[in-house]
Amino acid sequence: MKKLCAALAIGLLGTTAVQAGDVRVLWYSDGVEGEVLGELLDRFMEEHPDINVILDNVAYTVITEQLPIQLEAGQGPDIARVTDLKSQADHWLDLTPYLEDPEYWRANFGDQADWMRPDGSDAITGFMTQITLTGGFANKTLFDQAGVELPGPDASWDDWMAAASEVAANQQVPMTAALDRSGHRLTGPNISFGANYIGEDGMPAPIGDGVKAFVEKFVGWNNDGVMAQDVWVSAAGTTYRAAAEDFINAQLVYYYSGSWQIPNFAETIGDNFDWVATGSPCGSDACTGMPGGAGLVAVKYTQNPEEVAMVMDYLASEDVVREFSERTLFLPAHKGVIEGGLDYQTDNPLVADALNAFVEASKATAPHALELPGWQWSSAYYGALVNRVSQVIAGELTLDEAYEAMDADIADVVATQSM
Amino acid sequence: MSAISDIGDKTGAALAASVKWAAGIIDPPLRWLQKKAGFNGMAAFFLAPNMLIFGIFILVPMVINFAYSMTGGGALFLPDRVFVGGDQYGRLLTCSDYSRPITCTEDQFWIAVRNTAIFVVVQVGLMIVLALTTALVLNKSLRARSFWRAVFFFPVLLSPVVVGLIWRWILQRQGLLNYILFQFGIEPTVWLTDRFWAFVAAVGVSIWAHMGFYALILLAGLQAIPKDLYEAAEMDGTRPARVFWRITLPLLGPNLLVVLVLALIRAVQIFDEVFVLTGGGPGTSTLFITQYIYEIGFASVLRNPGLAAAASILMGAVLVVLTLIQLGVGRRKDPKEAAK
Repeated sequence: MKKLCAALAIGLLGTTAVQAGDVRVLWYSDGVEGEVLGELLDRFMEEHPDINVILDNVAYTVITEQLPIQLEAGQGPDIARVTDLKSQADHWLDLTPYLEDPEYWRANFGDQADWMRPDGSDAITGFMTQITLTGGFANKTLFDQAGVELPGPDASWDDWMAAASEVAANQQVPMTAALDRSGHRLTGPNISFGANYIGEDGMPAPIGDGVKAFVEKFVGWNNDGVMAQDVWVSAAGTTYRAAAEDFINAQLVYYYSGSWQIPNFAETIGDNFDWVATGSPCGSDACTGMPGGAGLVAVKYTQNPEEVAMVMDYLASEDVVREFSERTLFLPAHKGVIEGGLDYQTDNPLVADALNAFVEASKATAPHALELPGWQWSSAYYGALVNRVSQVIAGELTLDEAYEAMDADIADVVATQSM
Repeated sequence: MSAISDIGDKTGAALAASVKWAAGIIDPPLRWLQKKAGFNGMAAFFLAPNMLIFGIFILVPMVINFAYSMTGGGALFLPDRVFVGGDQYGRLLTCSDYSRPITCTEDQFWIAVRNTAIFVVVQVGLMIVLALTTALVLNKSLRARSFWRAVFFFPVLLSPVVVGLIWRWILQRQGLLNYILFQFGIEPTVWLTDRFWAFVAAVGVSIWAHMGFYALILLAGLQAIPKDLYEAAEMDGTRPARVFWRITLPLLGPNLLVVLVLALIRAVQIFDEVFVLTGGGPGTSTLFITQYIYEIGFASVLRNPGLAAAASILMGAVLVVLTLIQLGVGRRKDPKEAAK
């Protein structure tokens, strides 16, 4: 029965049979990284004519909705670019026996290795193609035109909301501030106000005072029109919504998103206006963003693990990581590349400043924020936050009802997954 | 002209000969089969291909879906899942106060049920009135009647995603509608973040997208009504309103029933255009049952395939009941059926 289901799923998903020597890479792009990777892989194939690397550029929803089904069926690509790394860690291949130099991997990518392997394992399953950090962006031109000074590095969320409101009123901009509709995005500010998601037993902790402190402010700002309601009430459930388009169109003064927006802003805003990355505003306990990113992992159902390891070795090599990061304007995870410095390929001075701002902000990352990407129940917490906070903003639930519902949602996920 | 006619005749003869030849080949085995299987057996033989496709793509998935609804856990494949009996149904249906969804174990299921019920009543009611009005207008001898028929039918040809996107561009904060209102000095409204207006938009857009199809069915029904009935009514000096209530509406009954059944089923299943337009928001004010099933089954990080399967079984049961009620009502209205 399972084989029948698997065959049906694979048939429906249109997966192509893999030939000996073929390595299929499932890849999604936020910007130009798909093109850059294609060129890098062409170079690899010139050096290794016996290995045929097939790059499948797909939409992000294929990664989130179709790949899990393929993996459950014991199928899928040989390598995939994934953001939900931890909860699918059982499907990743331990590359250690196939890699040329596992120590090189441990030394350069060891800090994020736990993000993509089961708890207690020392497997090497892949590496982060980019490290991201959540943080804010301000439309500097609007601030300058309004004669309002940009809040400094230790400014609080209240300071930023007050300053952005002043600018929006002065410049008659429709949207003052926005924060992506994402539990991950909400988590940085929550931790800044003292939130702790992990209980003493490693299981999800009940919604605590830290979450309540920021969520209460956040709901208030939405109700007052300081935060753009368009983002958080524009969908039901856990659907992701960003406000990048509004920032790009200069309709938004302050935007809390993350470092992955930099290439997008560099390309689409151009010299229409000046923008700056501001790091994360401070709460009562910290001024932290949330780390994250996309990892490239090997899938354990591959029939060509040695070829897969050769591709992974190549893509994780220092020169390739450096070139990939410099061309895509991504923050690398590779320690050697970070220490050696990067020469980002852009003429736009705002980009270099923004990247430096995020590197600087990463120093303020709270220890709890660093724990969450490698914690099994992060997604459950994020999902419950988005789902219920949206309902509060829409006026469907009170805050207390929402906290109770969040605890119940998280408990449901734990119970379901533990069956 | 006669040369063309000759070519036509020859082509026709050649086609007829090839069909006769093909029939000659399959005739002996079919005769043999008919002898063996009898008349009813032959009917089953000809129905078999269709039933096979129906079985594979409808019946088997329905059975598998039911089996899923009796299981729990995070595993995707049925053999790996834990049998939980009717727990998923119990979870969906448990409420301490049914008028307050937050008191239900699966509060968003009940919100979706409530939203869908309101949507069905409002949308189907308005849809039938508007489709009937449109059909009546298009049945008159208008100038450029074919053009107007095409105009009303055109949205039916559009993909639901395109419909959702078009209306989102019109209704969003920086959209066309607000631009027009602004030109007239009216304060713009963020239509899709207001719970009332977002629901109105969902109803309006779905009517816009589907009304042409139902209007076409009703138009066909109107054109099938014998003209002499209207002529007789006119000669008797009957008022137009009475003609409508006494002739048009009763004779349009079968078509209206078809429209009602189709519109009702479609309304209960509403998903794609509204999902693109509002995403189920603001909050959950346009979250309908199909989106709930999609979210719980596939899209959400809080996914639970067993719960989604149970919700879809309940939705299917409601649809079957509604359809049977309507068919029963339709039979009672039909004098021939009522006489039986």
